[in-house]
Amino acid sequence: MEKTSIKQSILHILQELHEDIDFENEKRLIDDKILDSFDLITLVAELGDEFEVEITAKDFVEANFNSLDCLTEMIYQLMNE
Amino acid sequence: MQTNILEYLENTVKRVPEKTAFADENQQLSFEGLEDTAKRIGTAIASERIYKKPVIVFMKKSPALLAAFFGVVYGGCFYVPIDEEMPESRIGLIIQSTKAEYLICDNTTIEKVQNLNFSGIIVLYEKCIEHNIDDVKLDKIRKDSLDIDPVYVFYTSGSTGVPKGVTGCHRGIIDYIEHLSEALQFDEDCVFANQTPMYWDASMKEIYATLKHGATTYIVPKNLFMLPVKLIEYLNRYRINTICWVVSALTMISAYKTFDIIKPKYLRLVAFCGEVFPVKQFNIWKRELPKVEFYNLYGPTETTGVSTFYHADRIFADDEIIPIGKAFPNTQIILLNEDMREVRENETGEICIRGSCVTMGYYGDFEKTNIAFVQNPTSPEYRDIIYRTGDIARKDKDGNLIFIDRKDNQIKHMGHRIELGEIEADVLAVDGVNICCCIYVKENNKIVLFYTGDIEKGKLTKELKKKLPRYMLPNAMIKMDTIPVTQNGKRDRRKLYSSYMMNMENTI
Repeated sequence: MEKTSIKQSILHILQELHEDIDFENEKRLIDDKILDSFDLITLVAELGDEFEVEITAKDFVEANFNSLDCLTEMIYQLMNE
Repeated sequence: MQTNILEYLENTVKRVPEKTAFADENQQLSFEGLEDTAKRIGTAIASERIYKKPVIVFMKKSPALLAAFFGVVYGGCFYVPIDEEMPESRIGLIIQSTKAEYLICDNTTIEKVQNLNFSGIIVLYEKCIEHNIDDVKLDKIRKDSLDIDPVYVFYTSGSTGVPKGVTGCHRGIIDYIEHLSEALQFDEDCVFANQTPMYWDASMKEIYATLKHGATTYIVPKNLFMLPVKLIEYLNRYRINTICWVVSALTMISAYKTFDIIKPKYLRLVAFCGEVFPVKQFNIWKRELPKVEFYNLYGPTETTGVSTFYHADRIFADDEIIPIGKAFPNTQIILLNEDMREVRENETGEICIRGSCVTMGYYGDFEKTNIAFVQNPTSPEYRDIIYRTGDIARKDKDGNLIFIDRKDNQIKHMGHRIELGEIEADVLAVDGVNICCCIYVKENNKIVLFYTGDIEKGKLTKELKKKLPRYMLPNAMIKMDTIPVTQNGKRDRRKLYSSYMMNMENTI
């Protein structure tokens, strides 16, 4: 799967989660508490289903969740592991 | 006989004055320091002649917040916690409902407070604690206090859109903490890590157990509950041995294989509450940490804290439910059927709770109080009040209670108690919404909102964020042309549920 299509799918999931957040430009989703722990758990479950990857404790670091690009990179890496 | 919760603090100060009571990254308060600070705050309140009144405490979660709580009690008043994460309109409703005349805030909340339209006295915590202690005044207040005087008002979700203020007294807390401590064997060596918000009764477990035993509570930074490895590192750094957390905080750790990377080294007791622990996740905890004792706790805010406990000391089969167990001593659980008669063996019934733990009802709302706090039908001859929980349960062959379901539209979502009706009331108040209906989908733990009207989903979310706490926001919104109704003209939740589930399957 290409990174651009991964990114599109993740954007779609994020927008379903919070329709009012500008996910294409936000770079500090975790640091600025834009996403909270409930969001994160929902997001991880949906990413897991969508891309058939397993996100585990080691992936739960701020750097993987702070922006759409970070999320895309993490999923891309997990898919190619 | 102890009649005031502050005796816990004072007795502990005599024993271990310099020991840390509460700590977070920025601040540590010893028992001595806590007592001194609280007395200053109590004197400050007394000097304004505010007595036996609600005092709003709007501060960030910290050891100082607890000093403010106890300060309010020293002043002969009762505390009403407000949290920065509550939306402004909800805070407004709470202030209106309490008619409070005194508010304590700190440097982080003062700006929000100034926008609140609060007409009473606003005091900064930092100023409050500069007040000199007036022992004569405080002694007089103590002498006049009874164990049936209120200590706090905790606001919880109400089905008509207005939060309900559960009012608890000294006797309820003392009864609760004594029996909880005995059952879970809390002692001076307990090192707690607090997870639950301080505006919620769940946090009283570690707060008051810390006061009573001279234990220590660390307040865990909230963001760690998104970072499971760092969270366990935190537990190990502070040698945490006892945690009383909501189930979702625990499953966040077990579900992502955190134990493959790191394990809590000092943990000896895990108590869980707030919702049903999925057996698979519980078994991971139990297998990975065989030396830890696990307790399932159950109880509504209306009966002070938790009312039943179950020692979960084995692995459970996938189709089993972990029982909520048996009542604490001096607490009785009665299962009543729809005719308000006690159920027979094996029958299900509504959990009704009796004992000193039953709180004083909803602040300023006798109508709602009288619906939920009722005369015990099994002893109609004298005044005997039970609290009807609305939770349905049955007893297993060992006499342990098994939680079955709710009888109304109250749900448990991520450990929080929510009335779907409250969400609906706030949705309906938004311009551009005509009809709406909320359902809870257990399969994926989502609050799903269906609505009709011309407002777009993004705009609606934005409006709702102003009114609802984060945990009450719908996780999915579906705009409809019409909301289906039943033959009786009620909104058809069942039909909405099945159409939602069908849709989910189609998208997979």
